[in-house]
Amino acid sequence: MDQASLLQYLITGLTVGATYGLTALGFTIIFNTTGIINFAQGEFVMLGGMMSVFFMRALGLPEPLAIVLAVAGTTLIGALVERLAIRPVRDCPAINLVIITIGVSILIRGAAMLLWGKDTFALPAFSGAAPVAFFGAALMPQTLWVLAISLLILAGLKMFFSRSIHGKAMLACSFDPKAAALVGIGVDRMVLLSFMISALVGAVGGAILAPITLTSFDVGVMLGLKGFAACILGGLGNPFGAAAGGLILGVLESLGAGLISSAYKDALAFVILLALLFVRPSGLFGQKDGKRV
Amino acid sequence: MSVGYRRDMRWLGGFLVVLLLAPPLLGNNYYLTVLTMCCLNAMIAVGLSLLVGHAGQISLGHAGFYGLGAYTTAALSTTLGVPVGLSMLAGVGATSGVAALVGLPALKLKGHYLAMATLGFGVILSILFNETVGVTGGPSGFTGIPRLSLFGVEFSSDLSVYYFILALLGLVIWVAFNILHSRVGRALRALHTSEKAAQAMGIDIARYKLFIFVVSAAFAGLAGVLYAHYLTFIAPASFGFLFSVQLIVMVVLGGMTSVPGTIAGAFFLTVLPEFLRAFENVEILLFGAILVLCMMYLPDGLAGGSSRLWRLVWRKMFVRAEKDPMEGGGNG
Amino acid sequence: MAEPLLRCTDVGVRFGGLQALAGVDLSALPGEITAVIGPNGAGKTTLINAISGMVQAQRGTFRLGADDITFAPAHERSRLGLVRTFQNLEIFSNMTVLENVMTGCHARLRVPAWASLLRTRASRAMEKTIRDEALEVLDFVGLFELAKYQAKDLPFGKQRLLELARALGARPRLLLLDEPAAGLNMSETQVLADLILAVREHFRLGIVLVEHDMDLVMRISDQVMVLCFGQVISRGTPAQVQRDPEVIAAYLGDDED
Ligand SMILES: Nc1ncnc2c1ncn2[C@@H]1O[C@H](COP(=O)(O)OP(=O)(O)OP(=O)(O)O)[C@@H](O)[C@H]1O
Ligand SMILES: [Mg+2]
Repeated sequence: MDQASLLQYLITGLTVGATYGLTALGFTIIFNTTGIINFAQGEFVMLGGMMSVFFMRALGLPEPLAIVLAVAGTTLIGALVERLAIRPVRDCPAINLVIITIGVSILIRGAAMLLWGKDTFALPAFSGAAPVAFFGAALMPQTLWVLAISLLILAGLKMFFSRSIHGKAMLACSFDPKAAALVGIGVDRMVLLSFMISALVGAVGGAILAPITLTSFDVGVMLGLKGFAACILGGLGNPFGAAAGGLILGVLESLGAGLISSAYKDALAFVILLALLFVRPSGLFGQKDGKRV
Repeated sequence: MSVGYRRDMRWLGGFLVVLLLAPPLLGNNYYLTVLTMCCLNAMIAVGLSLLVGHAGQISLGHAGFYGLGAYTTAALSTTLGVPVGLSMLAGVGATSGVAALVGLPALKLKGHYLAMATLGFGVILSILFNETVGVTGGPSGFTGIPRLSLFGVEFSSDLSVYYFILALLGLVIWVAFNILHSRVGRALRALHTSEKAAQAMGIDIARYKLFIFVVSAAFAGLAGVLYAHYLTFIAPASFGFLFSVQLIVMVVLGGMTSVPGTIAGAFFLTVLPEFLRAFENVEILLFGAILVLCMMYLPDGLAGGSSRLWRLVWRKMFVRAEKDPMEGGGNG
Repeated sequence: MAEPLLRCTDVGVRFGGLQALAGVDLSALPGEITAVIGPNGAGKTTLINAISGMVQAQRGTFRLGADDITFAPAHERSRLGLVRTFQNLEIFSNMTVLENVMTGCHARLRVPAWASLLRTRASRAMEKTIRDEALEVLDFVGLFELAKYQAKDLPFGKQRLLELARALGARPRLLLLDEPAAGLNMSETQVLADLILAVREHFRLGIVLVEHDMDLVMRISDQVMVLCFGQVISRGTPAQVQRDPEVIAAYLGDDED
């Protein structure tokens, strides 16, 4: 294998991995405030891509505006999901809430199919599709967009959690909801916020990936799966781990596709994930749980 | 408890009688197909409820075991010409064996990590079903599987296959009840609530987790082999990640720990899409909405909902004061 | 003097940078109540954990009777007759009171798993035996009337008794009790003290008792060992220990320098 194609696989892997990472971040944010895995996370990603396409095609809006609207719309849907389906039953066991998010994901997917059909759509690349040569590999401009925007989001979230009042409050909720409530942090508000941020992050991921991988009403299933895998790989609950997990998963997949066969790329990624879990039962950067007697 | 066991046996008897009489009453062949599918899904769900509801171990890969059973018997009987009875046995055996191999490392994981490991395993299997075209026929499916036959006697009518499947479902439910009303069942529930306390009582928790994982996989494998010889055609789409999720939903919707509830959940989720087919485009939409609403308004599942209703009726009809022997205070 | 039932030598447990136990020796004689006392965080629960195999000790050996159990997993130790209760109740809340105690009999009264699966005659007979024995134990601790109740619905004091009953279901040779009186009021503690003495008589077993309630300890134990910051600072009869200046200092929080 020559270096140029290795580099090519690496670039492809990092690009796709960045969106896995964003999806994983979404999972992590909701998990940290509520302790549940939101199965509708992949649908947020799908909505980001599909709504961008819709706003461009049907309403003829320029691409940046369409994307902003799509992200805003998805964020709103995230808020609605929390208000309508999660908040009324927040005290139920976690497994019930998880099943509700499964139902929500089916609902969203069904609505998307009804509205936009079963076709596959492409979003135009943000700044042309002419590849740039990069040490013998072809670098698409969109790749740079994906990586840059992902980094931006990651930095923004880090700022949010370490600087802003709301961010700190959200962290407090995740450590101890009862104590947070006692010191006057509105847990309800924080859960709502976490759904909105997750939806936003997911939608951005969907919009920036759509020019590369195409999009359709059912891309959310696989993206959600990969995002969840990335979370677990990085160690559930750790945002940095989630992002890193996404990149690792993306690169593994891309190398698997290049070196072995594209048919087995997902299988390879999961085989490695399983092997890793068997060696490190709480992910790469996760903490061992130390329950005392 | 033996009182509980007798009650469960009565329930099982009633259930079997109803399903025995159902086909002539329904009449139509299409209904029979749906009913057969209900029985197969119930078979998997009952096993899964032992694993998830009682032992507290999640699996998002049971569709994979279902598929493994189906493809094993299909390949053996169709491609290699092994007699159907034998190939079905091999299918269940292979599924159990694979479950033991996977479960051994996987069950050391907890919670979401176990969910991921089983999910990953399911995805790997589903990719194999799709890609090993030479063995499985790939995405377009495996055709020409022989119909169900035992000792050279073919089950020529769909009705006879249905009764055979029903009998096996009865057997599965009976075994499930036996497990629940025995020391094995107590061990499972014990390790669900407190692994430490279970160990302190001398329960080898790793062994029991593996045991129930293999048993539930074997039930899924059994459903798989029956499915293959019933439809005589299988395709990977039936054994994917989404079906694994659906199986978990059956268990939770049924009420986690109740066998009748789980069966109700399986029947409900199998019939619902058929019923919604009339609504064509909005079918999926409705399915999602109904699922969400059920979960929101029946937090303890179909079993909990119906027993609450029943208690309400019972109280209304026969109110009487009961003496409470739980006197004596306590702090805590 | 009789052979010790349990003999732990030079036990050391470390959690990261914290030395929770260092060089602890403990012997428990059959038919005796050996109390382990010490201030909060002294390492008493950790000692119970190490003995019962729930925490792997980095140093030391453990023998139960003639068996070396140093490397035996927790459930194996329980089967050999070393059964414990928990400071923070760990009852099986998803079972009835009776089922909790029946679970206690798990390792002692057994049939192969397939026999349970098929509900063979042997398995039915065994279930009946388990049930009868569990009821007997419940009667012994005074919970017979509550057998059919969900364990989680019991008041706290009764849940403590239930933990004891569950452990007794296993018919241990040595019973490890981790603060059985914690959270009980005076009269409940009184009942518990008599019960522990009765248990020793009736089941003829050794008991290692971790407890904060000094009156209880002084009243019922034969030997007392005092732990402080993971080390044994005193041992002897209750009267001897009570007079030991080091023990008094440790309890009053007196720091010499
Ligand atoms: N699993 C663990 N991980 C890390 N540190 C632990 C663990 N278990 C106990 N410790 C620490 O070891 C020390 C001894 O704890 P231990 O629970 O044995 O005390 P104790 O004597 O039982 O106290 P108490 O009277 O409060 O029950 C404490 O400092 C405790 O924080
Ligand atoms: Mg303690």
